[in-house]
Amino acid sequence: MTTQAPRFWRSIPQRYNLKGTHCTSCNEYFFPPRNLCPNCRRGAHLEEYAFKGTGTIITYTTIYNATEDFERLTPYNLAIIQLDEGPRVTGQIVSSLGEIKIGMRVRPVFRILGKEGDRGIIYYGTKFAPILEPSCAKE
Amino acid sequence: MVSGIVSYGVYIPRFRIRVDEIARVWGDGADISESLRVFEKSVPDLDEDAVTIAVEAARNALARGNVDARRIGAIYVGSESHPYAVKPTGTIVGQAVCSSASYTAADFEFACKAGTAAVQACLGLVGSNNIDLGLAIGSDVSQGAPGDMLEYTAAAGGAAYLIGRDNLAAEVESFYSFTTDTPDFWRREGMPYPEHGGRFTGEPAYFKHVSSAARGLMERMGTKPQDYDYAVFHQPNGKFPVRVAKLLGFSKKQIEPGLVVPMIGNTYSGSCLIGLAATLDIAKPGDRIFVTSFGSGAGSDAFSIRVTDGIEAIRCGAPSVRDYIGNAQYLDYAMYAKHKGKLRI
Repeated sequence: MTTQAPRFWRSIPQRYNLKGTHCTSCNEYFFPPRNLCPNCRRGAHLEEYAFKGTGTIITYTTIYNATEDFERLTPYNLAIIQLDEGPRVTGQIVSSLGEIKIGMRVRPVFRILGKEGDRGIIYYGTKFAPILEPSCAKE
Repeated sequence: MVSGIVSYGVYIPRFRIRVDEIARVWGDGADISESLRVFEKSVPDLDEDAVTIAVEAARNALARGNVDARRIGAIYVGSESHPYAVKPTGTIVGQAVCSSASYTAADFEFACKAGTAAVQACLGLVGSNNIDLGLAIGSDVSQGAPGDMLEYTAAAGGAAYLIGRDNLAAEVESFYSFTTDTPDFWRREGMPYPEHGGRFTGEPAYFKHVSSAARGLMERMGTKPQDYDYAVFHQPNGKFPVRVAKLLGFSKKQIEPGLVVPMIGNTYSGSCLIGLAATLDIAKPGDRIFVTSFGSGAGSDAFSIRVTDGIEAIRCGAPSVRDYIGNAQYLDYAMYAKHKGKLRI
């Protein structure tokens, strides 16, 4: 069996914790991380940045016919989310069928992204879910 | 110096199935939920397992206490449903909570009490000044074969505890364990579902071990049930913890806040620790909590806990157990079977 373990392992910081980059010169945030700031070029000062993961749904679609790896998950919602720092990412919105709306606030959740069959590695990473506020914080 | 709980967090999947719905499929009587005192149980999403639950609980614990994950020196995850037989759950949790790489980790297994065993290991490392903070987790997506009695209660959930010496929300005054070789419940390597000894899981297993550990701790400390404001016992169903509490001299009022099994089922390694979290959610400074877990095989860990002034500062930092219980979405048996991978395609 061939494994994608090395490719997966290299992207763990992005998949688990939305690690991107931030240019301190122009204050723009990038996800996935960039080695070069397209605004500042040689004048860029890029630093690693962990996104909070909270954001707003810009648009979404419901997937009924998925590729082989995801066919057991159907139907599921896939959305473009604008993270609070600016970048837009594509991600699954879990347990939201019938509830999802454009403009909905979401938070990051840690989920299984895929598996290499029954014997290979399990890919974990970030999906999104509607925000769950602690009730006592609202009081 | 006293060690104890710096912060805690829980995670309970959003999906539920009603026990009556399971009984409908298998033709069991409609009174089964009443006889078990379990009315619904949590079900993991299609993309959740013991790792994802452990991570969510750990992130809640860190957020609640506003704790820097780089302080963590040990991560022990107790579960009987670790997704890998070889590849520690704790390594994935560590990376996901952004700990430093300078920590020790291992996966624990002791049926339903692996989480409290992880707490004890962290208390040892913290108490001996070998580490600053330990992260102890109990997390499970427990299995019950279709049609088996276990299917009515085997649920999913987890709780994480940050164990340390400073800024405590609750002190662990003492703990005591009782362990014997009692084959009441087991799962052989490679088998998808556990086996159990039916009624044998009661008297010689649960009641003997829970009562022996509880009495052993109270004897050692010179305390009695009336010295505690609350008590939490492992909750395989809604009957056993009520009965063992009565047997030991604890009142229904003492166990009420932590008795979550009627709403979420038996979360195995998460069970007792979620019950403790539900109690901490409402406890006041100075309250004392008596906790006794149970793991088949068999053993029990008893803890005497005193809540400190620090509890108020961390109370609203993460969703409470009741927040998760209230955020429920119900499945029928067909969808439940899909979620649990009971359909082989």
